[in-house]
Amino acid sequence: MSAIASATLKPPVGPKDHMQGPPDAPVTLVEYGDYECPYCGEAYPVVKALQERLGDQMCFVFRNFPLTQVHPHAEEAAEAAEAAGAQGKFWEMHDLLYENQDALEPEDLVQYARALKLDLPRFVLEMREHVYVERVREDFRSGVRSGVNGTPTFFINGARHDGPFDLGSLLAAIEEAV
Amino acid sequence: MATTTDTRTDHASKLLAPGTPAPDFLLPSTPDQRVSVNDFRGAPLILAFYPADWSPVCGDQMSLYNEVLPEFHRYKAALAGVSVDGAWCHAAFARDRKLHFPLLADFEPKGGVARRYGAYRDGDGVCERALFVIDKNGVISWSYLSPLGVNPGADGILEALEALPSK
Repeated sequence: MSAIASATLKPPVGPKDHMQGPPDAPVTLVEYGDYECPYCGEAYPVVKALQERLGDQMCFVFRNFPLTQVHPHAEEAAEAAEAAGAQGKFWEMHDLLYENQDALEPEDLVQYARALKLDLPRFVLEMREHVYVERVREDFRSGVRSGVNGTPTFFINGARHDGPFDLGSLLAAIEEAV
Repeated sequence: MATTTDTRTDHASKLLAPGTPAPDFLLPSTPDQRVSVNDFRGAPLILAFYPADWSPVCGDQMSLYNEVLPEFHRYKAALAGVSVDGAWCHAAFARDRKLHFPLLADFEPKGGVARRYGAYRDGDGVCERALFVIDKNGVISWSYLSPLGVNPGADGILEALEALPSK
């Protein structure tokens, strides 16, 4: 039946999303990712290269999809990115997490918050109280509904990309989509 | 992608269709326990046939379903994975991936259950990537065959569970 045909982004990109690039860019690339997933770690520089290559022709959106059973640090890392986002530094934290995937203990997260000059007491409190857990779950559920089938999963202009995610393959898929 | 689409069409016809009573089976869920389809009567059952344990990605199909389990439980649905791997292999795989649902070993006769569901790949000797939602009365209410290399995700299952009559 329709599981493949329905592998389109639900809900579409909106104001709640973390976005880099113009929202009306001809290409919107959405990644569902997990901060502890090594494959997402491999995709991280690929996305950076795409952004460099495509400039303001592409809008990049990141949604959380932590696989908490296989990646014990993924949930907290996702919450840390959201907590930083609440203080206007989502992408800075996002980058730090992917650049330090093997150091995602709670004390590491606090150290990154300090490095980003976040309001530390607020960050620590929000992490302790799991203020952003629902936000992360919401992303996760939207991923499940969109047909996310592992991490990373990319959507190009709303359609799931089923091929490999090296630079050449993603570029080719993007060219095909626009 | 053209070839996988073709494969899908070839096999889609033989997959048991909605409305068919789910063939019963008795398969090992651990080295010393067996389960049957009837054990799940009274609530929906998701049967996920898949080619093999230990696929080399961390977001593999069974790990994904493990994460989505709470969503399945909202529909009171149980989940069981089925492959031709043996019970000890399943046990090691389930432990490694911290799976919270049973993996059934369609090991002897090899693929016997998968064949009866139309979900066996003769040439390859493994199960198809095939999904079934069986209603509380033991009747197949939804089935789906995914191209072997594409993890079908969980959206189709959730839509099928949603479509079940609530009473």
